[in-house]
Amino acid sequence: MSAMDPTEIFRQEASELFEVLEGALLDLGQRPDDRELVDSAFRALHTIKGSGAMFGFDKVAAFTHEFETAFDRVRKGEIKPTQELISVALAAKDYIRALIEDPQSTDDIIGEAILDDLKRFVFPDQAAAPVAEMVAPPLVPVESKQAGWHLYLEFESHILRNGSNPLDLLEDLCKLGPCFVVPVTDGIPFLDEMEPEDCYLKWDVKLHAACDKDAIDDVFMFVSDEMKLTLSPLAHVEAPAPAPLFQLLDEEPAPMAAAPAPPVEAAAAPVAEQAVPKVEPKSEPKPEPKLEAKRDDRGIATVRVQAERLDELMDRVGELVIAQARLTQLASSGSDLSIKMIAEEIERLASSLRDTTMGARMVPIGSLFGRFRRLIHDLSRGLSKPVEFVTTGEDTELDKTMIECLADPLVHLIRNAIDHGIEDTATRSANGKTEQGRIELAAVHSGAQVLVTVKDNGGGLNTARIRAKAEEQGLIAAGAVLTDHEIHQFLFHPGFSTAQTISALSGRGVGMDVVKRTIENMRGSIDLSTRPGQGTTVTLRLPLTLAIIEGLLIRVGEGRYIIPLSAVEECIELTAEDERSRGRNFLNVRGNLVPFLRLREIMNASGAPDRHQKTIIISTGDTHVGLVADQIIGNHQTVIKSLSKLHSDVTMFSGATILGDGTAALILDVAQLVALAQSKVEKQHISEAA
Amino acid sequence: MNDGLAGERQADAMQVVMIGLGEEKFALDAGLVREIIDPVPVTKVAGARAFVPSVINVRGNVIPLADLRIRFGMPQLDDTAETRIVVIELDLDGEPVLVGVTADKVYEVTEISQTDVQQTPRVGMHWKPEFIRFIAKWREEFVIVPNMERILN
Repeated sequence: MSAMDPTEIFRQEASELFEVLEGALLDLGQRPDDRELVDSAFRALHTIKGSGAMFGFDKVAAFTHEFETAFDRVRKGEIKPTQELISVALAAKDYIRALIEDPQSTDDIIGEAILDDLKRFVFPDQAAAPVAEMVAPPLVPVESKQAGWHLYLEFESHILRNGSNPLDLLEDLCKLGPCFVVPVTDGIPFLDEMEPEDCYLKWDVKLHAACDKDAIDDVFMFVSDEMKLTLSPLAHVEAPAPAPLFQLLDEEPAPMAAAPAPPVEAAAAPVAEQAVPKVEPKSEPKPEPKLEAKRDDRGIATVRVQAERLDELMDRVGELVIAQARLTQLASSGSDLSIKMIAEEIERLASSLRDTTMGARMVPIGSLFGRFRRLIHDLSRGLSKPVEFVTTGEDTELDKTMIECLADPLVHLIRNAIDHGIEDTATRSANGKTEQGRIELAAVHSGAQVLVTVKDNGGGLNTARIRAKAEEQGLIAAGAVLTDHEIHQFLFHPGFSTAQTISALSGRGVGMDVVKRTIENMRGSIDLSTRPGQGTTVTLRLPLTLAIIEGLLIRVGEGRYIIPLSAVEECIELTAEDERSRGRNFLNVRGNLVPFLRLREIMNASGAPDRHQKTIIISTGDTHVGLVADQIIGNHQTVIKSLSKLHSDVTMFSGATILGDGTAALILDVAQLVALAQSKVEKQHISEAA
Repeated sequence: MNDGLAGERQADAMQVVMIGLGEEKFALDAGLVREIIDPVPVTKVAGARAFVPSVINVRGNVIPLADLRIRFGMPQLDDTAETRIVVIELDLDGEPVLVGVTADKVYEVTEISQTDVQQTPRVGMHWKPEFIRFIAKWREEFVIVPNMERILN
């Protein structure tokens, strides 16, 4: 097991917490009275602060602390989470994220400005109030004017062996304010009984500073397991402390009555657990902060696994499936019944293992959808177009790599929907629509595909304007007869934009073509449909995974190749007449002229061609091309292997796969194949002309 | 005295896998070699460069199969009972790449000593000098230690 960089673990953990925090804050904007949301946001903040301090992100800890303090007023119900407050809180969250991800480029001034804003909302009456009011522990009468704290520190005797130095902690404590430290020496044994490595001293400290109790807890965070800290507020009169009020033995003091205790413990647990450095921080189960019941899909106990390890596992399983196919083949040709039984058993196990492994790479798409809520929140405020964002099918699962690839295209589509799709409020009310626009993001399984749709209830596409623009750019001749659907396809042309002015968001004409290309690289397709005045729907059809391909297995000479099934339109037999005419490589497919390529020539196949050549009609973009092969073997679903660097100059193939008999077969990249054939023809023409 | 010599010898000895291509013997650095397998069915890659004409399946990985004989201008012989595929791992532009190399025969894993290294002669060679790391003497024979990175790039 390779040990991961602990900072990296923190970053990962933090990024998950940010999602929780952001989600909670955004929801809070809709349901300001939901206490669960406030608590969930608070827990996320608390964990970020704790882990941040532990991994040496002191600025993060300090800033989050202030943030937390301010937010505490919301938690106590003293102020309402207004839209403004939430916007500031989101900005604060972004700042913390920047502090973690790119500390160099952040500026303290920004942080201070955000905190000032935050305080203005949270403490409206006292703009420059002291950081926080005292967070008083239960059972203790709240001292309105706190003069400080009385601490009694008792460490476990082995504390020094773990590398902690109580004196350093005392020094840290002194930084909070003037301290009066008295060591308590009654625990020191006689010299002959003394273990030189043990700590026998205790300390009695009077801290004269009106600091937060959390600040004191932070000082002792790492050793809280190994010490007894007795803490009591110091009154004006320096009286000896009353009986111990609570102990910091193995849990945080119960927080304010409003929050249910268990979740906070859960949030604090990783901090306490990791206080002692461990050799393999990775292998540790990390209790995840509990979330609201409606998002319980995230609350399920999880183990973090590196993606590459899953890839490796998938490779092994792929090998196993291939080996199993050979075993089955062998067993079926023999007559040994017991071997047949074992082969069947292994077949069953291998296929369920494959399904499980594939499932392990699957991630619910909800994790991606969550990210867009912020985008929509910001966009709708920025454009003053109130928008309701609805997501469905969050639990639809997709391969993790696919989810990552999908993020950018969806951002484009959502931006388009808000900027171009949804009309402004005046237009909407004039057309008898609700003032609030609506954007729906949905995911649904459909066979071996996932459909992701972005739907708005805006004005729909302006077909006439798209047409005018296409004519202006010379993409179509004026007066050409085209269906609306064909006209809409021009939106995917590079550099095509109908926006009259370039806004900050869109109109530059880059976007839709990039979206289309990205989706096609994922072996998916994109489709637009629109109803004037009622809105536009963009549908993305995606394969479930990038690692598996549904293909058509064909034979050309001795070689076997795979054509991605998504590109295949139909298969027809090459008639003797087509075969004879060497001069023209065209087919007549129901009245349409379809050019064809002889794969035997392209692949330099040896041996005699089969008598009845087959043609597979493929589509790439708008072009239909026939590929002539010797034989169509059938459907083949398989794991894709990429070709090595040594073959990176061969563009005709997008990868390879392993067939049931253990040989490798190449997967045709149809778009490249057609492009290659076209350039070949052009070269031929040039040389003929010369 | 003897011990000292032996120690010194070990220090500059190099573990190699001795393979035969045509009439020649080549010594592949054993550190590169991952495994040696029997010939497997190959899949031709149309349009690939001549010295990497095909791919093979090795334990579920599709890896290129290189033919050094083409790089050294030797005739290609048909597979015999002695033909093997040596799978080596090379670092090409900072990326580890597994490559299969066809060998007409694999002799043994042995040591060649740096003291036996001969300067690559400038004349009398019909091979490109950049393909050759150095020539060493082994059992009264000259063997070529090829520079695999150069050959396959």
